Order: sequence, then structure tokens, then C-alpha cells
Amino acid sequence: MSNTASAHPATKNTASLPGAEVLMRALQEQGVEVIFGYPGGAVLPIYDALFRQNAIRHVLVRHEQAAVHAAEAYARSTGKVGVVLVTSGPGATNAVTGLLDALMDSIPLVCLSGQVPSPLIGYDAFQEADTTGITRPVTKYNYLVRDPETLAETLHEAFAIARSGRPGPVLVDLPKNIMVGDAPYVGAGAVTPRTGKVRMDPERAAVAAAVAAMKKARRPLFYTGGGIINAGPQASETLRKLARLTRFPVTSTLMGLGAFPGTDSQFLGMLGMHGTYEANLATHGCDVLIALGSRFDDRVTGRLDAFSPDSFKIHVDIDPSQINKIVHVDLPIIGDVGRTMALMIEEWEAQSAYEHNDDLDAWWQQIEAWRSLDCLRFSQDQAPDAVIKPQQAIRRIYELARETERETYVSTEVGQHQMWAAQYFQFDAPNRWLTSGGLGTMGYGLPAAVGAQIAHSDALVLDIAGEASTLMNVQELGTIAQYRLPVKLFIINNHYMGMVRQWQELLHGSRYSESYSDALPDFIRLAESFHAKGMRATRLDELDNVIREALAHPGPVVVDLCVAEGENCFPMIPSGAAHNEMILGPEQEERGVQVTREGRALV
Amino acid sequence: MQKEIPGPAVISLLVDNESGALARIIGLFSGRGYNIRSLTVAPVDEEGLVSRVNVVTTGTPADIRQIEAQIERQVPVSRVVNLTAEGPHVAREMALIKVVSHGEARTEALRIAQAFRARAVDTTASSFVFELTGSTDKLDSFIELMRPLGLAEVSRTGVAAIRRGPQTI
Repeated sequence: MSNTASAHPATKNTASLPGAEVLMRALQEQGVEVIFGYPGGAVLPIYDALFRQNAIRHVLVRHEQAAVHAAEAYARSTGKVGVVLVTSGPGATNAVTGLLDALMDSIPLVCLSGQVPSPLIGYDAFQEADTTGITRPVTKYNYLVRDPETLAETLHEAFAIARSGRPGPVLVDLPKNIMVGDAPYVGAGAVTPRTGKVRMDPERAAVAAAVAAMKKARRPLFYTGGGIINAGPQASETLRKLARLTRFPVTSTLMGLGAFPGTDSQFLGMLGMHGTYEANLATHGCDVLIALGSRFDDRVTGRLDAFSPDSFKIHVDIDPSQINKIVHVDLPIIGDVGRTMALMIEEWEAQSAYEHNDDLDAWWQQIEAWRSLDCLRFSQDQAPDAVIKPQQAIRRIYELARETERETYVSTEVGQHQMWAAQYFQFDAPNRWLTSGGLGTMGYGLPAAVGAQIAHSDALVLDIAGEASTLMNVQELGTIAQYRLPVKLFIINNHYMGMVRQWQELLHGSRYSESYSDALPDFIRLAESFHAKGMRATRLDELDNVIREALAHPGPVVVDLCVAEGENCFPMIPSGAAHNEMILGPEQEERGVQVTREGRALV
Repeated sequence: MQKEIPGPAVISLLVDNESGALARIIGLFSGRGYNIRSLTVAPVDEEGLVSRVNVVTTGTPADIRQIEAQIERQVPVSRVVNLTAEGPHVAREMALIKVVSHGEARTEALRIAQAFRARAVDTTASSFVFELTGSTDKLDSFIELMRPLGLAEVSRTGVAAIRRGPQTI
């Protein structure tokens, strides 16, 4: 490969190279270090080009869906664009779930898919699929490269679109003949991507109006979301400053966890269906709600006509289509949430002093009263041979991981264990929490752990999993073995698809239709067959030791934590209910009703 | 909150004339459950690189704003205008209407066609094909009048629309 272009990447270089070489060069210029992929017939020229270079590392997954989830976690934990490479037909269709997962959670990805040679497109060729047709609704944008002249330009634009504005997945479908034939290379500097519509800087007047409303607030609340994580670590810093300055309470969506420190006294925990009592009642009772990079998801709002009924609503989002999509807001602000918060700080300091400190103190007292309910408390029988509660298992994993003082990344699968992890893990930094929020993809966590560990080889990477979700992408234990990734997989094994079981108990008369995890594998022997360490705890006195040993083990570990089967995840806002109609756990039920009445009277 | 009454809206947009662009717009409507009453699309610039799409849809003002925002965020879309909300505009469609009849009905059809300034673009002893251009309402009423007079087939283009006055999209 000539190095002229890499020495002057911004200059137009029309030297023709095989398409696959153009692809490699474009990826390098885009700063790609890792690709998650799986080879096949249509991408053989690309794999050949990969073989003949050393700048980009390829991680071989065991299923294309896992490649996408791994790339998502890589992106989420580094802030870079994740890159996926799959073959045509089944390779591309297997990637669809992951692409939609990334679209729903606004994760920047570029997925390169092989395609049959252009002259064969439309003839039902072997492993042909209408990939751009299939992936159009699951990507931010997609391309089929038909003309070699446009190859380099398309690739650069794909990266720009993936990372600009509200990030998302972009797919580039690459016919085999385009990869084999010659194509000109064009540097990224010579390309003007169609990202011009993105508005980064908010309208100053709107920010000033928002701050004026915040100055009048007596019961304010910041409702923060994944947009703050996507706006970069600086945005999380700005949020902390803004919260300190205003003394306003902060709640977060599932996707926003870590943007504000979970251990901070101003943090009320997550809101929504399995959010905390204090976060949900504060949302219900606040008089000014400041939504920062969050999108009023139905898991957050509960019954819409009862969502935060008396508040003046400010909504900051980079994507104009999110404004008034679900909840009518009083003051929309289009722009980058980090920049907007920075301007809010300026305005807060410039405008007249906040005059409602007494009311804010009363609001905090109210919040403390709600908080004193301790809605996440559960009772664990302390007998040595007691059955382990799933909450106990997850809380101890969190506490013992924290004791190691290692940089820790946590992925989850989807279900009860995911919600408990969201409740009990307290993140002090952004980009550490990797979970499938919008799409709720079972099988996300294990490949996500692969992606996070590849990106952060020295960090502690945990997958908090359920036994049912684990089996959805369990083949990735092979990837973990091949790359010696010291991932710790904690299976919260209750022999049920726990969240399905919970809904069946609460809403379908305890008819546990098909939600029992029958015929489970022996997870210890499964681990060992994949060259990992397998461990198990079945009684309380084994729990801490097993977790400690797993965390200390230098290689991959699969821990089968056999927990109580019938536990439900509380608090819970049943679908169709309002925030002040939460179902509390058995520990809080009696007092909860009282506090709810008091709460209604007060706010 | 203002009262939100559903009504029709004419949305015009400019989109890069690339493969899949139309599917992207239509897919957005079907995927999000928006309704398409009529749709026209054709290249409108010299090089044929940009197409104009006119969509007639229905919804509350909030629905329509959401539709606009969802179209606007599409990468190849460079411009979106809700002509109904933006003020005076011209919206026209063309129809070819086949009427098969004899005697009194045939004369009556021709008489009404003249009143509507419809042109007979094909005439046989037993049929007419009328070409009629105008607002959707005008075409609707013409077709209604033809119904008892031997209306046999209708082909309509859907609405092409443009803002009145010197302002452009």
C-alpha cells in the first residue's frame, strides 16, 4: 500500500486501488482500531485485505448479532464509532437486531456488509438479500455502493453520519465486484458529508428563557438521559456543575446512568417503570421538569395523561423530532445537551439570584421523606444456608466489585436482573454502563462484555445476566476464550424468564405460560467446555466468597448464582399506571401507601 | 394546549435523487403509522439530482409537525415544507377519466366536461377520456358527476403543490 494518502489524508488522491484496499485506507483514516466481524463468501476480498495489514484488529465473533452488540459496547464505552463487518445474506440479516438496538439507543456504528456482485443483484443469487431494503428502518442511514467512484466518499460520509447529531448505526452494503475492482481513494477532508442539518449550539434566547423558568422553580427536577453520555464526558462534567450550582435534584433514565454520580446525595436514582420511589414521586410532583437528552420513553412516563401533570417542561434534545413526540413541552431547546448546559450555567450566573431557596429546602425535605422509605430495601434471610435473594446477589456483586477499586464496566442482559443492576449499581462515571434500553434485546450482555473488554483490556468487565438471556448469545463464550478476555459472567439464575414470570404473576393470574427455564445446562461444565472457570453459589454463605474469587480470577469466569425463584422487581409502575401509583415491595408496602397519601397532599 | 383537530396537510420536500430515497420516505410513513392520501414524485433540477415529493397526509397539527420532523431528519432530505401551514399555496392534480355511455348520458357528460374545462383527449363512438386539471375538490366533484353518466375508469396523478408568491421551497 502506498503511504502517500496516509501522509496527506486530507488531500484528494485519485490513485486507484482495489476496492477492499480503499476500504482499509478509509477505515484507518477514520481512526478505526477494531472491527467485530464474521467472514463469508461475499466479504472474502475484504478479509484478504484485512489479512495483509496490521493497523486494524479484527475480532472474530461467533454470530453476527453478537458482532453488532460488541461494537455497540465498544462504542458506548469509548465514545468512538463501533465497526462491524458481516457477509451478505444471512450475515446481514443476523445483524438486523443489533442495528435496531443501536438505533433505539443512539449508538454510533458503521456496519459493513458484503453483497453479491452488482450484476447478480436481483437474481436471487446465493446468499443474496435486499440488505439496504431490510435495514432501512433499522439504521440511521444506509447505502448500497454501486459505483466505485463513490466508494471512499460513501465510507467517510457513513462515519460522519454515524457520529453526528443524534448518533446511530449506518450500514454500507458492498458488492463483491466493487471490492475486487479498482476504485479511487479520496481522503475524508475532500468529502462534505450531509450532516449540515445538525444544530449543535442552542438558541441563546431559549436557554435564557429556560433558566428564567428554573429561577422561578420551587420544586425543580433534572430528568437526564443517554443524550448526555453521547455528548461526551465533558457533558457529564457540565451536568455535575449545573446540579451543584442550582442544588436541583437529578434523576436519570436507564440510558443516562453514570452521567451523574450514583452515589451523590443530589441523585434520586432512576425514574420510570422500575425507578425509585423518590425519583417517580419527584417527577410527578415537580413544578419545573428539565429534560436533558432524554426522550420521554413509555418506560419513563407511565400513563401519559398523568405524567408530571403540574410541571413546566423544558426539553433539550439534539434531534428536533423528539420534541413534542410523546409529551407536550412548554419550552423546547434544540442543540447539543453539553453545550446547552454550559450556557445554562452562564445564564444562571448572569440572571438575578435564585429566590426560592426556602421552597427548594422544603422540596428536598419532601424528597428525603420519600427516600426514607428505602424503596430498594429487601429482606434477606441471614441463615448460612438461606436461599440467596437475587437482589442480594446483585448488590454484593456491586459492593465487592467496588472494593477491588478497579475501573469497572458493567453490561447486562434484559429482564429483572437488568433492572436490579440499574437499581443497585451506582456509577460515578459515564460510559461504564452497557445495557439494551430501547429495544430490550435479550442476549445483549455477553457480546457487549466482549466489546467492552476489547476496548479496555485492563478493566474489570462484568455481565450481569439471567440464565435465559445468557443462552441467547452463549456462543460468545467462544470469542471470550479465543481472545482470553477476562470477562466475569454472573448468571442470576432463578430458573425463570424472571420479568415474564413477574408480569404473568401480576397481570395473568400466575399462569406461568412457557416462562420456566427448563433443561438448563450445567453452567460450570458449560464454562469449562469453553475454557473458562465455572463457579456456583446456592446458599448465602457461599455468595461472597464465590463473587470475590470470580472477581480475583485472572481469566474468564462464569458464575451460576442460584437465587430465589419467586422474587419480583420493585418498585414497579404497572403499564397504564401513573408515577404515583407505584407497586412497592413487601418491605415497603404498608408505609408506602401512607407516604403516597402524604405525598399527594404535599405536592 | 391548543385544540388539535385532524385535517389534511400538503407536505412538499426535496430529496437527493438516489436509489431507495422514495422507499425511505414511504417507509417512514408506513412504519410510523402516518397516512398517505396522495403522493407525487419527480426530479425537479437541471441535472436530475434532486426530486420533489408532494405528500398529502392527514393528522392533527401536532401529528403533522412530528411527520415534518421525522422527514427532516432523513439524511437525503434537504428541505421540508408544510404548505398547508405556511399559508397560500397552489395545489393541483390531473386526472384521466374514462366515461362509457350512449345517447343522453353521453351528451350530458360532454356538456359537464365543457363546464369543467375538461379536455376530451380520446373519443370513440361509445367513450370519452377526459383530461382534467385542478384542485382535488374539483376533480372529486367532476368524478361524482360522471358516476351516473357511465364513469368507467379513473387515473389520478396525486397533488403537485407550490407556494404562492415569490418565495421558494
